[in-house]
Amino acid sequence: MAFDVDRALLDECVHCGFCLPTCPTYVVTGDEAESPRGRIYLMDLATRGEAPVAGPVAAHLDSCLGCLACVPACPSGVKYGALIESARPQLDREVPRDRLFRAAVFALFPYPGRLRAAALLGVLYQRLGLRWLTRRSGLLDRLPARVRALEGLLPPVRMKDLLSRTKATETAGPARTVALLTGCAQRVFFKPVNDATARVLAAEGCRVAVPKGQGCCGALSLHTGRDEEARAFARRTVDAFEGYGTVVVNVAGCGSVLKEYGELLRDDPRYAERAAAFAARVRDVSEVLAGLEPVARRHPLPLRVAYHDACHLANAQGITREPRDVLRTIPGVELVEVPEEKLCCGSAGVYNLLQPDTAERLGRRKAENLASARPDVIVTGNAGCLLQIRRYAGDGPLVMHPVELLDLSIRQTGP
Amino acid sequence: MSLTDLRDELAARLGRDGIVTDPAHLRTYECDALTGYRVVPGLVALPRDAGEVAVAVAACARYRVPFVARGAGTGLSGGALPVADGVVISLQRLRRVVEVDPVDRRATVEPGVTNLDISRAAAKYGLYYSPDPSSQQVCTIGGNVAENSGGAHCLKYGFTANHILAVDVVLPDGTATRLGGDAPHQAGFDLLGAFVGTEGTLGIVTGVVVRLLHTPATVRTLVANFDSTKDAGDAVTAVIAAGIVPAAIEMMDNLAIQAVNAAVDAGFDPDTAAALIVELDGPADEVEARFADLTRLCAKATGVTIARDAEHRAKIWQGRKAAFAAVGRLSPNYFVQDGVVPRTRLGEALTRIAEMGDEAGIRVANVFHAGDGNLHPLVLYSEERGEHERAEALSTAIAELCVELGGSLSGEHGIGTDKACSMPLMFSEDDLATMRRLRAAFDPEGLCNPGKVFPTPRLCGERPGPYRPHPLESAGVIERL
Repeated sequence: MAFDVDRALLDECVHCGFCLPTCPTYVVTGDEAESPRGRIYLMDLATRGEAPVAGPVAAHLDSCLGCLACVPACPSGVKYGALIESARPQLDREVPRDRLFRAAVFALFPYPGRLRAAALLGVLYQRLGLRWLTRRSGLLDRLPARVRALEGLLPPVRMKDLLSRTKATETAGPARTVALLTGCAQRVFFKPVNDATARVLAAEGCRVAVPKGQGCCGALSLHTGRDEEARAFARRTVDAFEGYGTVVVNVAGCGSVLKEYGELLRDDPRYAERAAAFAARVRDVSEVLAGLEPVARRHPLPLRVAYHDACHLANAQGITREPRDVLRTIPGVELVEVPEEKLCCGSAGVYNLLQPDTAERLGRRKAENLASARPDVIVTGNAGCLLQIRRYAGDGPLVMHPVELLDLSIRQTGP
Repeated sequence: MSLTDLRDELAARLGRDGIVTDPAHLRTYECDALTGYRVVPGLVALPRDAGEVAVAVAACARYRVPFVARGAGTGLSGGALPVADGVVISLQRLRRVVEVDPVDRRATVEPGVTNLDISRAAAKYGLYYSPDPSSQQVCTIGGNVAENSGGAHCLKYGFTANHILAVDVVLPDGTATRLGGDAPHQAGFDLLGAFVGTEGTLGIVTGVVVRLLHTPATVRTLVANFDSTKDAGDAVTAVIAAGIVPAAIEMMDNLAIQAVNAAVDAGFDPDTAAALIVELDGPADEVEARFADLTRLCAKATGVTIARDAEHRAKIWQGRKAAFAAVGRLSPNYFVQDGVVPRTRLGEALTRIAEMGDEAGIRVANVFHAGDGNLHPLVLYSEERGEHERAEALSTAIAELCVELGGSLSGEHGIGTDKACSMPLMFSEDDLATMRRLRAAFDPEGLCNPGKVFPTPRLCGERPGPYRPHPLESAGVIERL
């Protein structure tokens, strides 16, 4: 079975172990093979042909969340992201596993239309008390773990949001035009976040465009080793945003992939150049806001706020300061410190659907850490984290996107 | 076969999730951070608490299967190198901070807790755990106890041994006991003192009571550049001779600085021949007065940078502590050496090391704890260009030079597998026999981390890598066990 990872990338690891305490799966298992160092070792063995890819090697690589917390921790500069991204498509091709479930996930999530239909069923499921019934009847406990994980993640969605779209906004006076990526799952499950993003950017003096023809950006596919599918999504996104200036993203996982488009489409002669130029125009919404002089008046929100660093914002894009700076523009907001703040919440794209056990352990741990800081509100800039944290945080603090909180402050309404 | 029986028993007692048997999975445990030595273990046990450690050890003892304790696997002397067909007992699931007692200033922790996490747990009381190995965010207290680990700040505050009040251990026959205790002075033989630093050959630590110190009121840090490592070495001698006891004095030469700058933006001058990092801590008045003396004593410095604030200081230390791994950016392969010379002979040692490197045609970077003469020469080579043997010989010669200059084979990384064969240079047959008798008192069967620390013909006639017969083996004098 062919498995080959770039030798030069593998050899950069000097086996010092500095990555171990940053790795969520290592933190919960204490097993070397569940650490970045161990995974690099396994990739090395498989590349040398000294270990079969199918079986434990694939299992330990599959269990990687791709949170990239190990990257900033590495003194030798190992490009772990490149390593795991090169391994994943090979696993997907060579090692058949959960084909049906994966196919189902990828036939649904990247397509807003289909997802919207499914979400409508979901709303009915919740409204009609079916959720209560499946939970109460014990039926839920008899479902496979992965289906249970899916059920548990269903966020509260309003029918109104499912049936409308985020609109472009105009603003008076000379304005900077930005184009908003409304996403796939984001559009269906987090339309209020998209609406808040558009309102806040408009209030800060931007003209917000919502380009037609955009869909999934390919992040979910890329992070699961479906690189061809990811490239197709990337091409369409590049086309849809042609001619617009800054591309604003409010989902960390999408933003990190949009910024990698140059690399992703490097070997496509028709798109390589345009993809690189596109990638250079991409900004997370917190970057855009931190770079603007606050225009709109902020009304005080006297709240204890816990900011959770989404891995794909902090580790993949190096953005930790900007969202906090933006939150600090709201009078009365007190940012509280959270233990183990750099540890992944276990969401990681569709990871919580494919690896529900580890995802659950990490989700509970994150919720406990967050609860210990006694916040009124938890904010995080990624759809997956919002779903995951909302699920495990229970009925305590509100969980929202940072722009939603800013939106409330600007519109003078409490959360 | 006994290993098969042992596997079945441990699977029953620790659960399927508590042992590793898959061949590829086992290979991730075949080495620690010293990757030149690799041995695939027969089995890895992942116990969850002290009771399960005792179960695993007792089973090993019953089946007479050798076992090796492993923490985070950051050791640089091959101390956690497995034994073929033996068991690796990982302590990485024992990671609870059991108690922080701010009144008596001590903490009780499990062995898999990292060095830095102890300080993190104690921080809210204004306390910290003092010994600070450069790998402190990764390395575990269990490993620190085994190696009697040092660190930059041990110059003023002492090594691990000075900060351990008690350890809970599982002895090699599987019985659990406590060495040391709550009272600061224990009557009778100091068995705790005997245990710390024995590199995992006397038993497995399952709990540690450490002493905590108050966080210093004031800390000041400077980085001084010098035209030569000799000038920097002279400044170190002058500072100590003036009666100043800095919290730390560290030196990096130009090559080490280049590596660090590539990894961490700590603002070290890329053009200087050598840099000293000097830190003073204590009450504000004392620190300010001493800091003035210090800047005067660094008269030959070509430039001095004083840490602006805590963040800047943290960056400087982050750079220094990342040095070993950062050298991976300069060279595909390298050996990290660890030896001690008397402080007054630092300049001489550095000159000799440079000459030896030039002769061998191999680059050597230096980054070390200058205050106590603990050198860490980094021998840079390329496996691909076939420099392995030359570099290894140079690395060994440097350690032996330290002994020749009246120093020690190891300052803090331990003897492990790597330096066992050099032990006779430093110790007489009688010394070694005495150590072996102590070891036999704890481990008469020789099952607990065998093959480490003490030279054996099996180890010392062979090189790591593919099997080559030992000369004595070929001659029929010895045979492989």
